[in-house]
Amino acid sequence: MKTGLYYKTKRITINLFIHLFLLSVAVTCIFPLLWMVASSLKTQETIFRDMSFIPKEWHFENYYRAWREGGFGRNFLNSLFYTTSVVIGIIIVASLAAYAFSRLRFPGQNVFFAMFMAAMMIPIPGSFVPLYVLLNKLHLRNTALGYILCMINVGLSTSIFLLKTFFDKMPKELEDAARIDGCSKLGIWWHVALPLAKPVLAVVVVFNALNVWNEYVLALIIFDAKPLMPLQVALMTFQGEFITQYPLLMAGLTITALPIIIVYLFMQRYIVKGVTQGAIVG
Amino acid sequence: MKVKSTLENYLFVLPAVIIFTIFYIIPFIWVFQLAFYDWDGIMPTKFFVGLGNFIEILQDKIWWRSIWQAGYITLIALTFQNALAFLLAWACDRQIRMKNFYRLIFFIPPVLSEVVVGLVWQWILDGNYGLLNHWLVSLGFPHLVRNWLSDPKTALTTVAIVHSWKGFGWGFLIFLAGLQTIPRELYEAARVDGANAWESFRRITLPLMIPVAVLVGILTILGTMQAFVLIIAMTGGGPAYHTQVPVLRILASMRGSSRFGYACAQGITFGIILVIVSFIQYRFSKRARQYQ
Amino acid sequence: MVNPEQILNSNFQNSKFSYWILFVICVLVMGIFVIGCSTQKTESKATITIWHWMTDRQPAFLELARRYEAKTGVKVNFELYAPSDAYAQKVRAACQGNTLPDIFGILGEKRDFASFVKAGYILDLTPYMEEDSGLWKNSFFSEALSVNEFPEGNSYGVKPGIYAAPIDVMTIQMLYNKDLFRQLGLDPNRPPQTFGEFLEIGKKIKAAEIQGLVSGWGEMWMIDCLANNYAFNLMGKDKVLATIRGEVPYTDPDWIRVFRLFKEMQESGVLYNGIVTMINKTAEQLFANEKAVFAFNGSWCVNVYKGMNPNLNYGVMLPPKVSENFPMSIWGGAGSSFMVNAKSKNKEEAVKFLKWLTDKDQQAYLAEATNNLPANKESVREIPEVLSQFASAMRFATHPNVWGISEFSAVIEAFDKGIQSIIIGEKTPEQVAQEVQKIKERELAKRK
Repeated sequence: MKTGLYYKTKRITINLFIHLFLLSVAVTCIFPLLWMVASSLKTQETIFRDMSFIPKEWHFENYYRAWREGGFGRNFLNSLFYTTSVVIGIIIVASLAAYAFSRLRFPGQNVFFAMFMAAMMIPIPGSFVPLYVLLNKLHLRNTALGYILCMINVGLSTSIFLLKTFFDKMPKELEDAARIDGCSKLGIWWHVALPLAKPVLAVVVVFNALNVWNEYVLALIIFDAKPLMPLQVALMTFQGEFITQYPLLMAGLTITALPIIIVYLFMQRYIVKGVTQGAIVG
Repeated sequence: MKVKSTLENYLFVLPAVIIFTIFYIIPFIWVFQLAFYDWDGIMPTKFFVGLGNFIEILQDKIWWRSIWQAGYITLIALTFQNALAFLLAWACDRQIRMKNFYRLIFFIPPVLSEVVVGLVWQWILDGNYGLLNHWLVSLGFPHLVRNWLSDPKTALTTVAIVHSWKGFGWGFLIFLAGLQTIPRELYEAARVDGANAWESFRRITLPLMIPVAVLVGILTILGTMQAFVLIIAMTGGGPAYHTQVPVLRILASMRGSSRFGYACAQGITFGIILVIVSFIQYRFSKRARQYQ
Repeated sequence: MVNPEQILNSNFQNSKFSYWILFVICVLVMGIFVIGCSTQKTESKATITIWHWMTDRQPAFLELARRYEAKTGVKVNFELYAPSDAYAQKVRAACQGNTLPDIFGILGEKRDFASFVKAGYILDLTPYMEEDSGLWKNSFFSEALSVNEFPEGNSYGVKPGIYAAPIDVMTIQMLYNKDLFRQLGLDPNRPPQTFGEFLEIGKKIKAAEIQGLVSGWGEMWMIDCLANNYAFNLMGKDKVLATIRGEVPYTDPDWIRVFRLFKEMQESGVLYNGIVTMINKTAEQLFANEKAVFAFNGSWCVNVYKGMNPNLNYGVMLPPKVSENFPMSIWGGAGSSFMVNAKSKNKEEAVKFLKWLTDKDQQAYLAEATNNLPANKESVREIPEVLSQFASAMRFATHPNVWGISEFSAVIEAFDKGIQSIIIGEKTPEQVAQEVQKIKERELAKRK
């Protein structure tokens, strides 16, 4: 006869093992982060000599210097602007398309979808040259708009793929109800499909935000003016061809990692709470 | 009426198609035709070589080796990385203490810059002063000590594992989102029916997660096959050719030897391989779904 | 908890409104391509724009630009684009878009330089160099200039001339840690002269359980550099160039000897364990922190080591020679150079600025501010001792860019990767020699 105590001990042991497993993975994840933060407080001389996590002297001025010498102020705002615009753009454009691919019928549907999927897979080396020439002809080179459109395109295929998979999974009943009530297709997309897709939208937001936030090659190529450059380009000035200013680089990297972590913290609420509100997986 | 409805449907994909045509199709056509030329990326003149570049690719042993090596890394990512991601997501989906903390922590590696990841792992894996070797010695396995990143026997696997570590956060996130869409009522019902944790995992969680697993699988294949920044940061593609991957070869043709046309042909060949692999994976998963 | 039914009911009436949203999005997306003409910027005449990738020199450049504007009223914009990989791509893209700035630097091999010239992007500076009986030309180290020169009858088919102005020079040599030398019981003021002595020290290093030579041998060109130094020492310049022309095979005993040197180094223990995948920045970090006895590095390292460990006690030496047949040679010459855009409206102004920039005082300032060797030979005044040791080695310097002929990049790759294979014990020197020769023959056949 198994007693309540038996079940209780069993549950505790299982939970203990799960925690051990989770903790051991977590340690490997925190380790580099701590190293980065610790290094950002050291000096160029001590950074590789004193490998401890608690620096002997705390050089908080590294953050101030990184911010000033990298010219972060303006670039930080630029990056915020690019990231927000691109993410909003992708959410609208990709979810419209993904919804159509998942729910609506029109000729050539599969061809279009296959095209987007192929784009996700075929890398185009050196695409920066035609993009540069193209943007130049459109008078969009060295403009924020040109960069934003390029970056929307970069994230488009994967986002459509992610969203379509989740739309396919979602129950149709609510949409049918809405249609019977006289809601237009666009209305259903906006009022029914999007709210239900919150968890995957949150994934799309995090994925694209990280992508745009970390991009620098395209920005470097198409922008000439420093006032237009994103944060990552400013960060590169600490990583010269010959000299890398490690503490400043680490301070800069810590500053750049923060907004993404905040976005993630904010978004993961949707990922976790999301759809549990009465949706039924069909 | 029908026509109007169809046109309406096209409106949904129109913005995506416009952006896609201008920023993907046009550069793609440009790259595609360059694959048939010999061009150094600078001169205004190009030489038409027909299929010459592709024939050379067929004979390029290092190119095919780099594809196999990328495939090997992908295989490790598909199994090790995704299993880890799934297990972690499953554990965090349960009623468990500190799960918010874990959810935050597991997303740190994808956020970290490759520079930091490269530096930290080099420091851990260094053959002379590395932490890993230090631990191995103090735990009593001195015969396992080696130069993890520059020993040809371990370099590729080591790179693959660090890559998996850096990437599992994405799989974790998508699996978590997928698990969240499974209604709790189903678990409740199963428990009332007397199913234990394992049975409800097998009967409910697994089947419902197959589409998500396919999605994560395809994203893993694409992400891993095209990975290179971390490899540059850790081994630079060496020792010799042991950690070369296709993207590094393409960059070498484009920047190193200024063979733009050849690089374009390599890109197209690589893309075709990826399309085939993803298609096979998609077909398999479709069949798996039919069987369940 | 929100009930989806409620959302639905409250919003059904507005669904027509959603069509307007969709309409606006489409108009926006398409409209974007129509607008945008207004954002083209216009440049004033008296502005020179310079593109470069040298992060460590940007503050000094900005200061010089300020001085130049104060003196002449001409505004100079130094625009920094780092990292260098992305910079190289930007320059190439700008070629295709015809948007190159007035002055720029290019990265890559001499062959790429030649393409830029042949495509008409780079101004021939020879007439300016020859003005006033060669006043400008004679101010430079000749080694620095020859890197930017295409001699008569060069194999690239470029009109002979000087196509860029060097702003600094570098040499690549070996360095040794004097403190560690003392620890090994060696004379810190007498670095090894011969390869044999070098290998002997390797045995001592191995016995003392410390580490030997560090260098960026994960990035291939550093291997290429040392191997070529020894090739020059063993067979002389003429034979090396004959090999590149395809007249001497890589299976020649002298070349096999070059390959074997790496095997000997590996076996003696003089190489850092793991050097084959090391990037140069890691190598610098290890040498600066006294974890390695030797380093093979360029003169830029003086600045790097100073930043990481000001107390590092080290000396400079030529790579220890193997043979007495020919003198040891090292790579050196122009570190970085600036080209003038042949299609620029401001090219006369641009050349004037380059003349000023490479003048004695400005060069001295640059050398002092950035710890680099100046290209102007009159500016070598008070530079740090280690740096002057690098400068004095200039007479041993050669560089692939002055040979007038380039090896195929496929051969260089096979050569360098082959040496990596030798070091990790995967291939024998003979095997590598044969493989390299096979690729050489394939490339030669292709060019016919």
